Amino acid sequence: MNTTTTNVAARLEILVGADRVNSTSESCAKFAVDGVIPSAVARPASSAEVVEIVRFAKSERLALIPCGDCTKLGIGMPPAHYDIALDMTGLNQITYYDPGDLTLSVDAGMHLTQLAAALAQQQQFLPFGVPFFEECTVGGTIASNIGSTLRPGYGSARDFLLGAEFVNGAATLTKSGGRVVKNVTGYDLHKLLIGSLGTLGAITRLNFRTFPLPEGYGHLVSSFSSVDSVVRFQAMIAQSPLTPSSFDILGPEAAQVVAEFKDNRDSALPSWFSRGEWHVCIGFEGTETILRRYSSELVQYAQQCGASNYNLLEKADDKSLGGALRELVNLLPYSAPAATIFKINAFPVFSPEVINLRSLAERFSVPCCIFANSSGPLYFALRPDDLNDKRIDSLAHIASAVFEYAAAHNGSASILFCPTALKRIVNIWGPTKNDAAFMRRVKNAFDPENIFAPGRFVAGI
Amino acid sequence: MLAEGLAPKSLHRDVIRGLQAILGTSTVLYRPEDLLLYEYDGSVEKGRPGAVVFPATTRHVSRVVRLAAEHDIPIIGRGAGTGLSGGALARTGGIMIVFARMNQILELDLENQRAVVQPGVVNYELTRAVEHAGLYFAPDPSSWKSCTIGGNVAENAGGPHTLAYGVTSNHVSALELVLPDGEICHVGSRHGDSLGYDLAGLFVGSEGTLALVTEITVKLLRKPESVKTLLAIFDRVDHASETVAEITARAITPAACEMLDGWTLRAVEDFIHAGFPLDSAAVLLIELEGLAEVVADQAAAVEEVCREHHAREVRVARDEQERELLWKGRKNAFGALGRIAPSNYVLDGVIPRSKIPQALRRIQEIGERYHFKIGNIFHAGDGNLHPIVLFDPRDAGQYQRAIEASAEIIRYCVAIGGALTGEHGVGMEKSELMPLLFSDDDFALMRRIHDAFNPHSALNPGKIFPLNKGCGEITPRAQAAVRAVPL
Repeated sequence: MNTTTTNVAARLEILVGADRVNSTSESCAKFAVDGVIPSAVARPASSAEVVEIVRFAKSERLALIPCGDCTKLGIGMPPAHYDIALDMTGLNQITYYDPGDLTLSVDAGMHLTQLAAALAQQQQFLPFGVPFFEECTVGGTIASNIGSTLRPGYGSARDFLLGAEFVNGAATLTKSGGRVVKNVTGYDLHKLLIGSLGTLGAITRLNFRTFPLPEGYGHLVSSFSSVDSVVRFQAMIAQSPLTPSSFDILGPEAAQVVAEFKDNRDSALPSWFSRGEWHVCIGFEGTETILRRYSSELVQYAQQCGASNYNLLEKADDKSLGGALRELVNLLPYSAPAATIFKINAFPVFSPEVINLRSLAERFSVPCCIFANSSGPLYFALRPDDLNDKRIDSLAHIASAVFEYAAAHNGSASILFCPTALKRIVNIWGPTKNDAAFMRRVKNAFDPENIFAPGRFVAGI
Repeated sequence: MLAEGLAPKSLHRDVIRGLQAILGTSTVLYRPEDLLLYEYDGSVEKGRPGAVVFPATTRHVSRVVRLAAEHDIPIIGRGAGTGLSGGALARTGGIMIVFARMNQILELDLENQRAVVQPGVVNYELTRAVEHAGLYFAPDPSSWKSCTIGGNVAENAGGPHTLAYGVTSNHVSALELVLPDGEICHVGSRHGDSLGYDLAGLFVGSEGTLALVTEITVKLLRKPESVKTLLAIFDRVDHASETVAEITARAITPAACEMLDGWTLRAVEDFIHAGFPLDSAAVLLIELEGLAEVVADQAAAVEEVCREHHAREVRVARDEQERELLWKGRKNAFGALGRIAPSNYVLDGVIPRSKIPQALRRIQEIGERYHFKIGNIFHAGDGNLHPIVLFDPRDAGQYQRAIEASAEIIRYCVAIGGALTGEHGVGMEKSELMPLLFSDDDFALMRRIHDAFNPHSALNPGKIFPLNKGCGEITPRAQAAVRAVPL
């Protein structure tokens, strides 16, 4: 790095104006990633300004991390370098919306809540049932590919992202895809941005297909004494004509976390949850007639699979539970600050062997909890009540075993959130995969100078 | 652009011998008369390979690719050759790898709704193999009874039912690939989610320009409980297209929503006898799927929209036989048009659904101006137009006018917020139109991705990227080993 700290801010100010740059230690600290604090925060207000900033960073070989509202900066490895936080929240408009076509273009820095409010005026929405929903931006949601509770019904971002504009590491504004619902013109580069953690460039705009808001919602919570019964229940529904919009499986401890969650009314959720049991929370949508059918058939399946208890939720409770399930990965660190959450892409997602994960945590005397979305991923969270070298060592041992578990179940695992101390001895992305060389080729094509979020991603990217 | 009758090219005898050493003599074609068939696909383009080979295994593919690399010869992958953009044509000669012998379904995991297939498996055969378990493979191009899944992956193929279920990339979770240096590798996972960048998402739809696909893991869908097929009949094209816009605007999502204009359906009816009314101006073929209650609600809503927009009649297919007949009429329409004119140019532009009425009026106007009858039979529900320009390729003037009229239609699609191709791919047919959508900077990045996997343009050269573009140009490699020395 050949530019001093003061120089970075000063030169950025010349480029995009003083009101777009902040270098106070307080502001920079907000954008820290795993304890690494940038020298300056730049908040561009247009894609042209993003290009200017990236061009400057490229010429000075400074490292940039694009940020939204900083809710998920803990994902990934600590950055190898980090000079400029690129605060994308200055790009925050809906630039195109054709409700009649159910298509939308939105700036990456727009908050999900604002976007949801605008779409709701047309009785539409984007199916992001994601944690940090109240604070996060649409760009961060895509860049992190954070799991959505609505995936069983609506798919993941790759199923409804139509195109994107972004500034890549060569400091050019480029686009991929388009604004129409079906399009095979050119390479689908926008798909590569999903989950790329800012390593390919700064996303400036995203195009989506939107969906009609359902007429009504329903939720069934059922309890089971064994994992086998849960697996049987899940299989029975998968083979039925029913297509639930959400399907969350909670281990006994995860149910406890949800039960303790206080919603806006400041009252604890009612006790649908039975201590020590596994729970399945199924969301469904449609007209009164359809909700009735879901209710009756789901209850029937639950009974056939030996559910010890089941509850169809009322409207207000339904919303409250939906919020708690959506926020689960966000809730865990509150009850255990050293929480270490694994995201496991196993296939099948949820199998009787998940019980082995629990035994694993017990062997190291670390409290844990397991939960899953039926469409993936499976989450395994360790919740140690203290954090010392011995604990970190245990977490590292467990991590190796979890990576092996995922590999043995046709998949892979990573650590979504964990204390930075653990990242010093464990690569949160697990062992290097066979496709690592491919990943590097993609990275080099997008960011030849390696200025975007270096070191945070898989394969040392 | 019609390639000007590429001169028959033969590969050097050492190359042919090398291919025969890998594959045996019966699965290597190199005589001009044997190659003739392979210079065509479903498009109006032409390009003759120097040899056509039929590997049976991934290892075969890898060895052929290695041999080609040693001799600096391009490689072109091909499924059934039903593509509509010249994607599977040898634009600059080379060795064409046809996957017809790699046609095995390697694994069926019915419980978890996955299948592992070789690229030469015919789309419809996969559905046939799993329908006993109530499952099917969702992408259903009109050519589904002959096109291969490898070809579907290369072009990211669609079909009528992709309106509700998405195109091929939504149904592929992992791929085995052979790179231009012969390396065999895997991307994606059985589930679909994997760590790092979505490489499977990148390779699907890359039109054989990044790697050859030798094994595909696909997702299988469960058949819906209830299906209802409606045929709405209109006396004016405008009314039919306004109906589509309104169905979309009311957020009713049919499984499929197809439109045939009167002129096209008369041509089809004459051949297929699907039961399309001969005196109508347009029909909509609308399929609703899902829970019985959902289908009933949607059918009522669709019927209401149709009537509000002056549908003369809305028929419901009474049984599976009648439903199949209607679909037969739709899926065989392009073939039926072959009876009317020596050739046709099928466009694939996409537009916002809210703009279908104005787009159809513009297409009509363009046709009149260029003195062509342009038929319309297309995936109305997702705005994927298929204007069909009928012409006689023996008349050079007519051919040129057909190309110009088509380019004007595509330019219009782009101008109103659309795209060049919804499901057929860019291939060699639309590569010169790409600058309508993409800037030099866009091409530069796409080129860097191209070069990251296919640095010497050994795989499928001359596709996707415009040849006449200064920046981002990908020049097809000269065919160093070409000699007029048949074995």
